[in-house]
Parts: sequence; structure tokens; C-alpha cells
Amino acid sequence: MNKFDVKELDLHYGDTHALKGINLPIPEKKVTALIGPSGCGKSTLLRTLNRMNDLIENVTIKGDVKLEGKDIYQDRNVAALRMKVGMVFQKANPFPMSIYENVAYGLKAQGIRNKKVLDETVETALRSAALWDEVSDRLNSPAFGLSGGQQQRLCIARTIAIQPDVILMDEPTSALDPIATHKIEELMDELRKKFTIVIVTHSMAQAKRISDKTAFFWMGELVEHGDTEQVFTAPVDERTRGYVNGDFG
Amino acid sequence: MNQTIAAPTQEFEFKNPALIDALNQSAQKVDWVGRIFNLLFLVSALIGVISVATIGYFLVLEGLPAIQFAGLTNFLLGVDWYPPALYGIGAMIVASVVSALGAVVIGVPVALLTAIFLAEVAPKWLANMIRPAVELLAGIPSVVYGFFGLVIIVPAIESTFNVPAGSTLLAGIVVLAVMILPTVITIAETSIRAIPKTYKEGSYALGASPMFTILKVMLPAARSGILAGVVLGVARAVGETMAIIMVMGNSTAMPGSLLDSARSLTANIALEMSYATGIHASSLYSTGIVLLVFVMLLNTSLLVLNRKRVK
Repeated sequence: MNKFDVKELDLHYGDTHALKGINLPIPEKKVTALIGPSGCGKSTLLRTLNRMNDLIENVTIKGDVKLEGKDIYQDRNVAALRMKVGMVFQKANPFPMSIYENVAYGLKAQGIRNKKVLDETVETALRSAALWDEVSDRLNSPAFGLSGGQQQRLCIARTIAIQPDVILMDEPTSALDPIATHKIEELMDELRKKFTIVIVTHSMAQAKRISDKTAFFWMGELVEHGDTEQVFTAPVDERTRGYVNGDFG
Repeated sequence: MNQTIAAPTQEFEFKNPALIDALNQSAQKVDWVGRIFNLLFLVSALIGVISVATIGYFLVLEGLPAIQFAGLTNFLLGVDWYPPALYGIGAMIVASVVSALGAVVIGVPVALLTAIFLAEVAPKWLANMIRPAVELLAGIPSVVYGFFGLVIIVPAIESTFNVPAGSTLLAGIVVLAVMILPTVITIAETSIRAIPKTYKEGSYALGASPMFTILKVMLPAARSGILAGVVLGVARAVGETMAIIMVMGNSTAMPGSLLDSARSLTANIALEMSYATGIHASSLYSTGIVLLVFVMLLNTSLLVLNRKRVK
């Protein structure tokens, strides 16, 4: 079953044609990796899935992006969409507040004040993000005191707390060292059981390690997509072959 | 797609011995330009420090006789100002503090809302119309603010509160509130704009509304900048002289309410300096010392407030 169905999607930033006729199904409870060289449109596609591109001026979008059969650009409730489709960014961006407040933020934004609900959700989310054991004794200290990898896991916990179905990850480990990266990848392996994950990554090794499906982008086009295994070992398109073999890009 | 890059067809001489010599020689030279500039930087930085020290020194030197004459307690707490006999500036301290605080109470909320509006809410074209207007406000000479107070605020107070003279503390507060707007707005807007975009994105990505984002993430993140703006605004209000003289009535008595006439510390100096002599003149310098101490306290409070947040 597909969580997202992207059909004939065209996206322009002003005069730049950033996405050209994209057709991509994103299966439920699988990890889909979007790969390709810088500027190929993979992050742009990721940001259409939770309408983060709405924040940029001069963006025009044509085509369909369907979440569970419903076009997300027809529905006006962007907040509901973003709670269902959470996002983790390239650089960990905890808010300037305590660890607890960071995780409880999304719930408080919806007016949830019940201390018991908040406490429970914060703990569950931190446990799901494999961070609880490291921070349970200092929930009230500032999030900035955490290491880079911990901050990124905090951002994942913050996203999990709003009970999403999908988690979008925009190069979540590109600013982390190999050990912190490894921890996040382990975590993703757990999360794939409960969430649909779409990850943009520059690391082909990472895409190979963690994803079930891979989509290769090149200059705004979706060149090829399929099972990760197939895309890496038996790519159909010449450009995909060149990229995954490291000939260019 | 797999085009190979053509290898250079010719061998290039990568090293240039003459250039290497020139580079080495240049590295050996004494860097006079650097030294001269370092000196210039130091001298420029010292000019500010020396000015403050000189001003402080002469204020104390000139002001000390009056404080000795009246006694420090009588000078600060006394409410009778009858030169050449009694020198109590208590009423003026009250007038200065109340007018500045009142200006903050009215002006800062307005300024803060304006800053948020300009930085986050207003469409570009509207912000581009409001911002120059606010900046223009900063450039208006204070004597013109005084006119504005005399022509609009003072009569308005007379008719609203049914008092014989509208030249009151309240009039001073309203005029000062408008005067500190550009300072607070500009600094607050700049510090809101300086917040990393990632905060806003992170908040929106969690489904939070723009308002919630502004109140819970943006304002706290911009806190130190906003506080700096407020403190500069207070400093401007405490130091303002001309407009205050024009609208506050300048009575030396202790004001009993906001609808009484009052004289600020700055007004006291400006009004009497032209004819004061001896201890009387010295007492005006002492008034200046009190003003200087006020500003120092303000700056210190900003440091303390911002330090608390870091912990």
C-alpha cells in the first residue's frame, strides 16, 4: 500500500524548473531514500510532501501529491498535514528551551496542557528516539547542552511526539560524525516498523544500508526508482549506473 | 554521460623561482601598514573611553561642592529646590523615573508589536512603507516632538481630564513614549530577523501556528536583543530634555499625580545653567552625576538580565 502518491508533479521557483513531471509512489512503513547530486530536486520533493515549500515565495506547484488518496494541496489544513507528516532537518534545530519543552512543544502548540499526557508522551517519544537513558535525569536542562547527535535524536523525538505517520528526513546525518550517524541509522531501523520514512541523503552507502526503496534524481527529473537492491546492483538508466558507481556526482 | 576529462596536452611549469623569491622577501618585511592600523584602532577605541572618563571626572569635580553643601541625603531625598538655600532634587528624580517608566509601559508594548508585525506578519510592501516612517520618527529633532506635545497632547489632556494646565507628567510620558518607539522598534525588529530560519521551520514542521511560533520560539530567542532595545529606549527617555521642558510644566514641587506639573533632572540642568553661579551651578553638575549613575545602572541591569538567561 502506498502512503504517498506523487503524480505528474511540476515545481517552479520563479523561473527555475526544479521538479519536472515527477511520478513516485512512496510505500507505507518502508524507508524510501531520495538520492542524486546537489541541486537535483530531491530536497525540494521532500519539502513538497509536508508543504514546507509554502514558506518560500514564488513557488508554483502543478500536479498531484496524494497522501492516503487525498490531495494535500487541496486540503487547507496545513497544520494537520504537518502533524501527520513530521520532518527532521539537515542541521539539528532544537528550540532554545529545555529538553522536555522541546519534546512537548508540538503538543502544547495544539493546546494540550494535561501534565500527565505531556509527561507520558515526552517519555515515550524520548524512548522511541533512543535518547531517554541519556537525558532522563536532566529533562529540564537546555537542549543546547546536548551533543550534535543527541540534538538530532531530540529533534526526532520531538517529531515522534506529535504522533505522525510519516517522518521526512532531510540529510539528517550530514552534520554528524560516523558514530552519531550509526546511532541514527540504528534508530531508523527501529522506526521503520512504525513509520513511513522518506530520507534525502548524499551518502549512497547510507541509502544502501537503510532504505527499502531508492529514487534517483538528476536535474529535476526522477530518473529511476525501485527496490534499493535493484537500483544499486542493476540500474536501468545509464545515469543511475554512473551515479551509484561513483563515476560522477 | 561518462565523459572523461582530457589530460593536459602540455607540461606546465608550476613553479616560478622569481615569484617564490619575491614572496619570501615580502614575508620577511616589517609590516608597517599593519602596525600603523593597529595603532589607529587602539587610539580610536581610547577616544570613547577617555571621553567618558573626562566627563565623569569633571562632573564629580564641579558637582562635589554642592553635594557637600547640602549633604548627600538631603540632596538626593530632599524635595525642596530653593537655590541658593535648599538643594533637594528628590522631586526631579521622581519625575525622571516616572516619566521614563511611563514611557516604557506605553511605548514598549506598541514598539514590540510593531517590530513583530514588520519582521513576521506584514506583507513586504506594507512593511516597506511602515519602516521608513518609523525611521523618520527617529530623525525628528526633540524640539519638534515638543511642538507635537504642545499642540496635540497638552490640549487633549486638558479637555480629557478637565484640568487647567495640560503641561503634566502624563504629557511628558506620552511624548517620550512616541520618542522611544523608533529605537525599540528598530532594534527589536533586527533581532527578530536575526533568529535562524531553522527555528521557524522546525516549529512549522511540528504543526505549530505562526502566532504560537512567534510567541514561544521567536520572542524568547530574540530576548536579549529586545532587552537591549528597551534599555536604550529608557536611556533615551531619561536623557531627553527639550521636549520634556516644553510639555511637563517644569514645576519643582513633588508631583502628587500624573496630572501634576513636574521637572525632570535634565530639564533642571538646562533651565538653570544659563544664570546659575557658585553652589547653585555646582548643584546642576551634581544633577548630572545622578543622571550618569542612572545610565550606568541601566547598562548594568542589561548585562545582568542577559547573563541570567545564558545559564
